[in-house]
Amino acid sequence: MSAGDQESWGRVRAEAQRCHVPRWADKGAQVFVDDGPYLPRGRGRSYGDSCLVSHGTLIATRALDHFVEFDTETGRLRAQAGVGLDAILALVMPRGWFLPVTPGTKFVSLGGAIANDVHGKNHHVAGTFGRHVRRLSLLRSSGESMICSEGENPELYRASIGGLGLTGLIQWAEIQLKPISTYRIVQEAVPFSDLTELVALSEAADQEWEYTVAWVDCFSRRRRGVFFRGRHLESDAGHETGEIRTEPRISVPMDMPGIVLNRLSMKLFNALYYRAERGRNTTVDFDRFFYPLDAIGHWNRIYGRKGFYQYQCVVPLPEGTEVIERILQLAEERRTGSFLSVVKVFGDIASPGMMSFPRKGLTLALDFPNRGQPTLDMLERFDALVREAGGAVYPAKDARMSRESFVAYYPRWREFAAHIDPAFSSDFWRRVTGVAQ
Amino acid sequence: MSARKILILGATSAIAEQAARCFAAEGAVLHLCARSQVHLEQLAADLRVRGASAVTTSVFDAGGYVNANQQLTDILIQMGHADVALIAWGTLPDQKACEQDLEKTLSEFVTNATAVIAWLTVLAGYFEQRGGGVIAAITSVAGMRGRQSNYVYGAAKGAVSLYLQGLRNRLYPAGVTVVDIRPGFVDTPMTQAFRKGLLWASAQRVGQGIYRAINRRRQVVYLPWFWRWIMLVITRIPESLFKRLKL
Repeated sequence: MSAGDQESWGRVRAEAQRCHVPRWADKGAQVFVDDGPYLPRGRGRSYGDSCLVSHGTLIATRALDHFVEFDTETGRLRAQAGVGLDAILALVMPRGWFLPVTPGTKFVSLGGAIANDVHGKNHHVAGTFGRHVRRLSLLRSSGESMICSEGENPELYRASIGGLGLTGLIQWAEIQLKPISTYRIVQEAVPFSDLTELVALSEAADQEWEYTVAWVDCFSRRRRGVFFRGRHLESDAGHETGEIRTEPRISVPMDMPGIVLNRLSMKLFNALYYRAERGRNTTVDFDRFFYPLDAIGHWNRIYGRKGFYQYQCVVPLPEGTEVIERILQLAEERRTGSFLSVVKVFGDIASPGMMSFPRKGLTLALDFPNRGQPTLDMLERFDALVREAGGAVYPAKDARMSRESFVAYYPRWREFAAHIDPAFSSDFWRRVTGVAQ
Repeated sequence: MSARKILILGATSAIAEQAARCFAAEGAVLHLCARSQVHLEQLAADLRVRGASAVTTSVFDAGGYVNANQQLTDILIQMGHADVALIAWGTLPDQKACEQDLEKTLSEFVTNATAVIAWLTVLAGYFEQRGGGVIAAITSVAGMRGRQSNYVYGAAKGAVSLYLQGLRNRLYPAGVTVVDIRPGFVDTPMTQAFRKGLLWASAQRVGQGIYRAINRRRQVVYLPWFWRWIMLVITRIPESLFKRLKL
């Protein structure tokens, strides 16, 4: 057991939690040892309590990291759930392939990417990660292994994509990769002066640019920011084959004192970032384009011991612009800006996952240092706006949404609950469904 | 240059697996031996995906060491020849239980020392005749000084280290390299029950260290490197003082 397993990326802690690291997950292997309830654990990059199970046992998948099959002709990859996206990239990129969808960090497991049905900058053209999962094998606590796909056990397949690890332990999954010819991204950085302008920019770019995302300076008066659009640089000279390095360049060695991230330093950072990035049209390395924060190991430590809350919501357009604007205003009124504020327009490609978060609309992600009740009160006010607008909040990043909000955001939760493994649970699930530990 | 042929005995060890991944990435040919066919198949599939030119397997139990000669012959029929052999199996005995149980003490010693020495003996014959190659075995820094908390394990590992030293001396004229790999604390399923501190290293880091040590034809290697200096201190504490310590 390592100390890291006891908390989540946002530094939420579990109580009396055990952790088991099985070396094998085949039939008859010792997977379900100690007492339940059980919860699979990948790299622990969920921000809130969806990767914790107080008084239960985590089944850490870090040793279940074997590739099973890779067809370099078709780009079909089968791997165990504990394989990291970093390891997948290191394997497949020199052979001319790339992840069909990638989140903002490559330090997550394949199982975690499926269980949270992660999304990326290409949501408007590729949908969520789960859309590219052809099959998966689920080990239930009964000892039974079940193959799940659109054709086989389809309901369990749809429950497991975005199922927060509650439907059983994913043993392996098969995903469809996409071809690339270089490791570089052609990027354009277009400055905008308010959210309406951003949405217009994004809608105009959707047809021609595979990747779009925007950064907003939430300290600026009119929400200026930079809209990034990118696509893979193509080459006719066969695909690039160099080695991929995946370790962080530097690491935050210990918790920083709370004072490091204050209003002034955040304001300064955002102003400098705006000046540095706007109009920067160039080609950049894939690592810099997709995973800028991966360069800094343990970046969550800059928020100190008390950690932080991340808030990511999506709200339907066109009203979404106003809702997001109102959320940023509420944060501003409380003088607690977000260090990084990221906005993207999601497309309407549906995920197979019944509990999937992404849906058509405008999504906003914010970080707030944990200042206790005032922070919670503010986030609750955000939720009131998101609920009214018919939006949703992302469970992978949540540590506090109310039961009322959850039910509004995920109307299919009862249908989903029927597919949960009876011996599985999580602190998140207990919280949003009101089940006692 | 044609692909190197690597034989790994005890291939399902977490450390050996990480070393095997390094060999696979360079396109080596691997032959894996371990007890479980199911697990061998998982490893073989993984190593093929990671780039190994070919992977073959045989089921083997270190306890059957009296037949090591015949087993090696069978393995070499499958492999053709071997350029590198790595012995990686091992158990971590419960020291307290061993103190109360003669049979347990002896069986742990057989697994961690006698069986390893048996295989080193037959491998030495093969590589000597071949006139080259690398024999590597995973021992431990625990084999460098007996401590009350872990001396059954330590004595077995120490016996293997001494045997390797003699073998190195004997095989030098034949051009065979003998590598003694001495890891410190490694975070593996074998040590799952321990609280991990600063001195603990990942199986990946240690496995990569083994790969480098074999490539550089090192003789004794400490993994990670700082254990060389820790052990330098520990082995120099006078016995009259050491016997009073609770280590």
